[in-house]
Amino acid sequence: MTIDKGNSAIEFRLDPDSGVPTYLQLVQQVEHALRLGYLKPGDQLPKVRDVVAALTINPNTVLKAYRELEHKGLAAGRPGQGTFIQATLEQVTLPELAGLRRTLLGWLSSAEAAGLDEDGIVALFTSGLRDFFKTSTSKGSGSVADRAGAAGVAGRARAAENGAEGVA
Amino acid sequence: MNVIETNELGKRYGKTWALRDCALALPAGHLAALVGPNGAGKSTLMNMMVGLTVPTEGTATVLGGRPAGSPAALDGVAFVAQDAPVYRNLSSADMLHLTANLNHRFDPSFAKARLADLGIPLKKKAGKLSGGQQAQLALTLALARKPQLLILDEPLASLDPIARQDFLSAVLTAMADDGVSVLLSSHQVAELERVADYLIVLSRAQLQVAGEVDDLLAGHRVLTGPAAEAEEYATRLTVVQARRGGTQAHLLARTSGAADPVPPGWESHPVSLEELVMAYLRSPGVSEPTALARLRRATPTEATR
Repeated sequence: MTIDKGNSAIEFRLDPDSGVPTYLQLVQQVEHALRLGYLKPGDQLPKVRDVVAALTINPNTVLKAYRELEHKGLAAGRPGQGTFIQATLEQVTLPELAGLRRTLLGWLSSAEAAGLDEDGIVALFTSGLRDFFKTSTSKGSGSVADRAGAAGVAGRARAAENGAEGVA
Repeated sequence: MNVIETNELGKRYGKTWALRDCALALPAGHLAALVGPNGAGKSTLMNMMVGLTVPTEGTATVLGGRPAGSPAALDGVAFVAQDAPVYRNLSSADMLHLTANLNHRFDPSFAKARLADLGIPLKKKAGKLSGGQQAQLALTLALARKPQLLILDEPLASLDPIARQDFLSAVLTAMADDGVSVLLSSHQVAELERVADYLIVLSRAQLQVAGEVDDLLAGHRVLTGPAAEAEEYATRLTVVQARRGGTQAHLLARTSGAADPVPPGWESHPVSLEELVMAYLRSPGVSEPTALARLRRATPTEATR
């Protein structure tokens, strides 16, 4: 069971304990890969049969994930070829990301120094996140930004200029 | 198109019903898991679908209305019986030759290529192959007939974990490649969670529940709340399984989804596939009276109002 690595940029994996439905795990991994720059417009997603063989999951689950990505405007199916990325999630460059991560780690140590434990930090961060996006999403219009939480962070999909080439 | 359709289907052996009143409509394109304890009627149902067992009552059709067991039906249906039966003294090549001659649709080059991919030697006697290889040989012979419906009776029971995964992977790949519909029986529920997208639960010769996995999961919730209110609340629900302690009760009930409002003091949780199956297996013939009676029996003290 070898997977032709030449065809697709990413490989899916499943977290058996996450409680997240399988199709949604696939959707989230594509979004994640887009956000981190592993996937860009024009890239082909793994073929359904390859995902099925590699993860031992039902083909309808993979199709459902790809339909969801199409519905979100992130991917498009090309008959007889497969599914291709056609838009991008607003993306932060890797060095920028590293900088943000450093700032976050700094904030985390000051939170810990102030006496918060892990659960306390999570609770504070989550409520802060919710408040922040409650005020900022009201102005944004993005169609992909409707999902709550982390997906909203870089949610606004630019139906990028170069994405147009992928559309029939 | 429904690949399987039964109406009031039943089979009686002597005085015992092996299956009764089975009304099933399985649409094409799914992998349906047929689950239930031993003796629930799984094999009886499968054998009737391929014409090996004649129904005592009711009707069974496959592939959009072809009577089960008729030549037209058998042309499009492949069946692998329990424990992947192969002729132990025949080589894989002989098994291919035999199957090719017994069927008017058979793709020998597909079968040979598949066995080569799997590293199964053509000259070795089937009885000398490992359990996993025997199962793969039986599956290869079935797939080479290019069926539209593949029926597998407990194909995983005697396989080790790697062989099970390889076998399932092969079945799912055939689904992706050729769009074959699959009915697969098992009593390992957890293993089928990602594999099956349709579920059929049999228990005590009765069909308990059948439907698309996503719909079933969305249509059931576990409701947790004060035991004192459970009985009254349960009368307004279709309760599959009720469990209660002194102060707290859990009701696994059919609902119209997460949006259903719950009374104050009650919480609503999603169910897992395994939880759902176990509930139906433990409460066969589910109906409100049964679940309620159970709830009452578990309530030694107290008047609810």
